[in-house]
Amino acid sequence: MADGDLPTDLASRSTNGVTPARGGNPFASRIGGGGVGLQPAPPAAAAPVQPAALVGSAEPLAAAAPSDAPPVTGAGSPALGTPKGKVRLGDRVLLALTTGAAGFVVVLVVLVAFFLLVKSVPSILDDKVNFLTSTEWSPTPGNLRFGIAPLLYTTVVISILAMILAVPTAIGIALFITHYAPKSIARPVAYAIDLLAAIPSIIYGIWGARVLAPHLVGAQHALYHLGGVPLFKDRNVPTGSLFNGGVVLAIMILPIVTAISRDVFERTPRENIEAAWALGATKWEMVRLAVLPYGRAGVISGAMLGLGRALGETIAVFLILSKVSHFSPSMFSGGETIASKIANSASEFNDPASTGAYIAAGLVLFVLTFVVNAAARTIVNRRKDFT
Amino acid sequence: MAKRIEGKNLNIYYGKFLAVSNVNFTIAPNSVTAFIGPSGCGKSTVLRTLNRMHEVIAGASVQGKVLLDGDDIYESGIDPVAVRRTIGMVFQRPNPFPTMSIYDNVAAGLKLQSGRIRKSELDAVVEKSLRSANLWGEVQDRLNKPGAGLSGGQQQRLCIARAIAVAPDVLLMDEPCSALDPISTMAIEDLIRVLKKDYTIVIVTHNMQQAARISERTAFFNLAGVGQPGELVEMDDTQTIFTNPTDKRTEDYISGAFG
Repeated sequence: MADGDLPTDLASRSTNGVTPARGGNPFASRIGGGGVGLQPAPPAAAAPVQPAALVGSAEPLAAAAPSDAPPVTGAGSPALGTPKGKVRLGDRVLLALTTGAAGFVVVLVVLVAFFLLVKSVPSILDDKVNFLTSTEWSPTPGNLRFGIAPLLYTTVVISILAMILAVPTAIGIALFITHYAPKSIARPVAYAIDLLAAIPSIIYGIWGARVLAPHLVGAQHALYHLGGVPLFKDRNVPTGSLFNGGVVLAIMILPIVTAISRDVFERTPRENIEAAWALGATKWEMVRLAVLPYGRAGVISGAMLGLGRALGETIAVFLILSKVSHFSPSMFSGGETIASKIANSASEFNDPASTGAYIAAGLVLFVLTFVVNAAARTIVNRRKDFT
Repeated sequence: MAKRIEGKNLNIYYGKFLAVSNVNFTIAPNSVTAFIGPSGCGKSTVLRTLNRMHEVIAGASVQGKVLLDGDDIYESGIDPVAVRRTIGMVFQRPNPFPTMSIYDNVAAGLKLQSGRIRKSELDAVVEKSLRSANLWGEVQDRLNKPGAGLSGGQQQRLCIARAIAVAPDVLLMDEPCSALDPISTMAIEDLIRVLKKDYTIVIVTHNMQQAARISERTAFFNLAGVGQPGELVEMDDTQTIFTNPTDKRTEDYISGAFG
């Protein structure tokens, strides 16, 4: 039915002369390519085209046989505005722009990786100790001794700590805003969280070191009861510990994780929510059946963005963490992350060999973020069929 | 066990707006009752008051009584969650939980109600429900595949299986076939005829032929006027409604004079 209606309409439009130019042009340009010249031409010149267009549009009416199907779509499609084989200028420009933008990003990443490799490999080869396992760091030109292990450890521990604290909190806030709070409360809470994201990290650093740290001593003392595993063993740094840094990092990544979780929770399809209600779900069960599974991939993406920020956070961590002379795996000890170490030593970048050591540390951070992102993507994709 | 449902002096509101006024009806157990009427006349709204789904919408409220075998489900102290567990619902668009497998979809309600439940028991209920929903043969070897991967008609039967897995007293269906093709619609209609042996079924439909095909009783809803609330014009045996209705408006609607 619909197949018949449309061409009839098109044909009548051309015969009525309502849109003769539009009806005729694509057709004409398809044969001769002279479509543009025909448009302003006098009616006399346009006249020969019009019957052609008419035949072209009317053909589908008569052509009911399946053997005629390809020409039917061919004649119908230009007039319907879905040209196949003809690329419009706008499409071409957009294609070029988007391809360019996407390509630019890839090129950038490749160039950064290239830079990191070229600058760091000579120093790593010159390293007198094992770069991956040594706990030493004295990149003196001529006697390069540097290992990434403590920096990497501190970076990972502090970031994981931040994730453990931030992600559940963020999910809780996002659920509260989207499914529990009345609108009058949800809005201000959402704004407040967004404002957290607007605070510069230097402020977090000063605040974390000066204001928050003394208040965390009590919490840290309480956590001393956790026991004797290396992660909790050394207790030599009351303020400026990895624990201290992790808490501040958690606050710093809270907004991004919350914002993305809130976004996906808000979009939970109404049908899914009603399906849960109708089964006799309580509010929490509804959230568990409909909202959380739907938001899972989004929450993971948000958490990974947060983790990316935590891993790379420099100035706040630099201000908060106490430097220690000997590496300790305890979260109640001080230390340096890869980023804070590099920032701390910027003044030493006068020699290519020692600079190379810091760039090597940067390379490890770069690889670490890649691995984390790849892992997140795998988790998200693993149950792709189920989303 | 199928139960009788009565609506008494139901006034249904969205905020301050009275959407449906003064509805009274009785629905016999083990019967199929169709709610018909033009769009916006409140038939879905009435249906949603029967399992307290109406109040899920912010600001929505109900006055009056809905009696389930004589017990008012709107009495204070009655938990709407408990009501919904005894009155199942199937929606206009198939809505299996997209992140769950076919098996988990059917088991979802049961897991909510019984907490821990033995796997063998769960298996049995899932199979029985899928068989009752006439879907078992099509999905038995892919129970762990996502429910959302099924065709529309299969998804709707999956939703019916999910609803009946918890052995409700009543099954409410809100235009269950409007998103489906004729073949799938036929499958659902056949299913409804079988299911009424065990359940009281109330179905909202835009399709008058469907109402005539599957229901014993038909209720015709209409707006009292422009800007007026919806009302129950008349309710009678389906045969009577479609051949010899009492009210002129019913006759006009049935004969296609409006709607």
